[in-house]
Amino acid sequence: MSEAITPEIVKSHGLSEAEYARVIEIMGRQPNRTELGIFSVMWSEHCSYKSSKKWLKTLPTTAPWVICGPGENAGVIDIGQGLACIFKMESHNHPSFIEPYQGAATGVGGILRDVFTMGARPIANLNALRFGAPDHPKTRHLVAGVVAGIGGYGNCVGVPTVGGECNFHPAYNGNILVNAMTVGLAPADRIFYSAAAGVGNPVVYVGSKTGRDGIHGATMASAEFSADAEEKRPTVQVGDPFTEKLLIEACLELMATDAIVAIQDMGAAGLTSSSFEMASKGGLGIEMDLDRVPMRETGMTAYEIMLSESQERMLMVLKPGREDVARAVFEKWELDFAIVGHLTASGRMVLKRHGQVVADLPIDPLAKASPEYDRPWVMPKKAQPLDPLEVPALPALKALRTLLATPDLCSKRWIWEQYDHMVMGDTVARPGGDAAVVRLHGSNRALALTCDVTPRYCQADPYEGGKQAVAEAWRNLSAVGAKPMAVTDNLNFGNPEKPEIMGQIVEAIRGMGEACKALDFPVVSGNVSLYNETNGKAILPTPAIGAVGLLEDLERRAGIAFESAGLSILLVGETKGWLGASLYLREVVGREEGAPPPVDLALEKKNGEFVRKMIAANRIAACHDVADGGLLVAVAEMAMAGGIGATLLPSREVLLHAWAFGEDQGRYLIAASKANARAILTEADRANVKVETIGETGGDVLALSGGQAVSLIDLVAIHESWLPNFMAAPDRNA
Amino acid sequence: MQAAVIVFPGSNCDRDVAVSLAHIMGRPPLMVWHRDAQLPKVDLVVVPGGFSYGDYLRSGAMAAHSPILRSVKEAAAKGTRVLGICNGFQILTEAGLLPGALMRNRGLKFVCKDVHLSVLRADTDFTRRYRKHQVIRIPIAHADGNFFADDDTLERIEDNGQVAFRYVDEAGNLDDRANPNGSARAIAGLYNETATVLGLMPHPERLADPALGGTDGVPMFESLLEALS
Repeated sequence: MSEAITPEIVKSHGLSEAEYARVIEIMGRQPNRTELGIFSVMWSEHCSYKSSKKWLKTLPTTAPWVICGPGENAGVIDIGQGLACIFKMESHNHPSFIEPYQGAATGVGGILRDVFTMGARPIANLNALRFGAPDHPKTRHLVAGVVAGIGGYGNCVGVPTVGGECNFHPAYNGNILVNAMTVGLAPADRIFYSAAAGVGNPVVYVGSKTGRDGIHGATMASAEFSADAEEKRPTVQVGDPFTEKLLIEACLELMATDAIVAIQDMGAAGLTSSSFEMASKGGLGIEMDLDRVPMRETGMTAYEIMLSESQERMLMVLKPGREDVARAVFEKWELDFAIVGHLTASGRMVLKRHGQVVADLPIDPLAKASPEYDRPWVMPKKAQPLDPLEVPALPALKALRTLLATPDLCSKRWIWEQYDHMVMGDTVARPGGDAAVVRLHGSNRALALTCDVTPRYCQADPYEGGKQAVAEAWRNLSAVGAKPMAVTDNLNFGNPEKPEIMGQIVEAIRGMGEACKALDFPVVSGNVSLYNETNGKAILPTPAIGAVGLLEDLERRAGIAFESAGLSILLVGETKGWLGASLYLREVVGREEGAPPPVDLALEKKNGEFVRKMIAANRIAACHDVADGGLLVAVAEMAMAGGIGATLLPSREVLLHAWAFGEDQGRYLIAASKANARAILTEADRANVKVETIGETGGDVLALSGGQAVSLIDLVAIHESWLPNFMAAPDRNA
Repeated sequence: MQAAVIVFPGSNCDRDVAVSLAHIMGRPPLMVWHRDAQLPKVDLVVVPGGFSYGDYLRSGAMAAHSPILRSVKEAAAKGTRVLGICNGFQILTEAGLLPGALMRNRGLKFVCKDVHLSVLRADTDFTRRYRKHQVIRIPIAHADGNFFADDDTLERIEDNGQVAFRYVDEAGNLDDRANPNGSARAIAGLYNETATVLGLMPHPERLADPALGGTDGVPMFESLLEALS
């Protein structure tokens, strides 16, 4: 224990010189290696949010329906009738790049635990995935592994994976993004928190045994990759979804009793961060005997036990005398159960191994006084608006065919068919629409769920991109008829020590915050993933937004499919033909430039509320938000989903290619019977919402009035085939 | 008419099938924990979908050796109706209550989607509310649904009328593209020799509620209710 801590050892723990000086100051002496390891993970970017905290504080986090905002394992909102919805999104980017199957699988496991730790039964999973260029040699391997890993875990646990998004861009070649979201339900008066209470109360460890896997995972996730990323494979944990399923059932069974005082899952930084967080929140100390921790391997040191990131483990504080009740539940489910320590009034973490004190640390200075940086930042250079006249006009339907077969717009069926999206028997709207709809079990109400962000907009202008990510999530919920309730964010960026990256973070958060405020859409939970860089090249700024909306009546909702002929097609919102940063520009013309379409938040709100009102009034047969690819792509998606074609009347005021593929924000497409369409137009007039009739459903082609047409069967084939063909193509490396 | 649903560690469609049984039969099933050595007296035993024991050894292999399965086998021998869905089908083949085996899907991936089935017999207790050769739409969700048996066994089960359902296209035709997992002779479901035990990979309980997009699973539960009441 008297080993000297050299500058090399400090550096290998990811602590700066200044941070180590703080350590000495807090300890009043040189720490031993176990103590240093604990500081290192607690102060890692991943656990401490030290670069982003200052800016995260600016996000709106409250509303009358918010029960618990950021700071706990997940966010909690009141959804009425005695129910709370608990949800969060979290990244597992670094591990998934190194070992895609296990990295993604344990990402799902971790986020599930964050949600059921609070007393919720998980009812849905979603994921937001970003991969490198399709022709990059690693991309297919990563797609196959990540998708199989997400499916392998979620399917076994028996929670449906109902939605998500998936993009490809060369900026992710060296750093893919795997952001997983879980949504759960709990009785609103039975939420479990992590603050320890009651000096002398037993501290209990349950779940899987502790092994040497994942040691320093949190530190790895807080540094850039270099070319030797593969060597970090041993820091990736291995998932055991079967044990997770048992852990869910056992925890929920115990939560139905009154035995638990506090509970916290062991996620990043394992036993260290769970014990410190519980003690810090309760203002108490903990004394633990590490000999009692269930171990998978022999000869583990205190350092290894405290820093292991073995999966499927929980730490609880029980009421005195309830140990046997709890033990019986965990034995029924054949899970480990061990009383590893007790709460003290000392405010210190005292760890024993083989009868000796091996670490003795003050809790608050580690947990609460972690470094907080005001890192220097520069305002990102924002792209200039692009005049549509400068963008070549290619034949519209030919361009449509190109777009529908691009990696970003093609059907993602190949992915979501590998996920059990129906287990639990409440998936009302399956993947492929604007938002997934999951019924609240045994009722006629439902949650609408979505994940959104448009990284190319964020790259061109992080502020507008941040706004747009929130607005699009809000729009996707509105498009199914749900009242948008709250969001969780997953901020993925490069190295925050570079002022231009820090500028992206600052500006994206500013945009998100403005949108959340304007749309009454508070942030209740989130996660930050920085250092997504390899050899100095950063990803596109990707502030992914996961959002939850509430449908009060399943009978009053909309899907995207054209289900009959002869319906009027209405366009809600202003179409100016914004081609800057559009997919048309990138995929058809081959240029990545221009400012992204600005979001007018007042208009966004007005249009969305109007659409929701029309859905609630049962005036709408189908509804779809107009997003990536623009108007023509959105119409094609509605036509393909229902197997019914359409004839459109292009605008006379806007150039055809800009009208068809411009990505102006705040827009929705609606299909409605002629009578309902008339009523909608009248109402829109009264509400001062711009709505215009742009065509009619029918036939088996998608046609532009005045000539061009393309067969729907043809479009479906193009749309469905890109991803399976890509994944099935012969291996280029073979 | 009383049903029981066996719950293994790792079962995850136990609640789903219990909801369908309770709704259609008007009476909730008994949920029987895997460690119970004795099955209560019931008319129907359902072995639900999921990943019993994680399916880490081989799908269904561990569950087939659990204490409750001995009791299920005894009940089946006396004629108690047994329905195995998805993992339940895998368990019944592993336990020897049904012939053949379920191997990894031909595409090597987990597949979750609606498929079309042809109902080969409408004279059993499981299918009397369907029409013979009716085409029904039911979801699948599995990685190991590729039915395999040797040729002699296949001939025998065909001759005995043990094939319950085959994967077909929407029009009811056999088509290799409509076979989602490569099953021999497109077999999706199978009876024992007396048609008192049925195992199938598709999940009838998943399309037994109009709010979920279809009700083609309902007649199976109605058939059992009618036959066993």
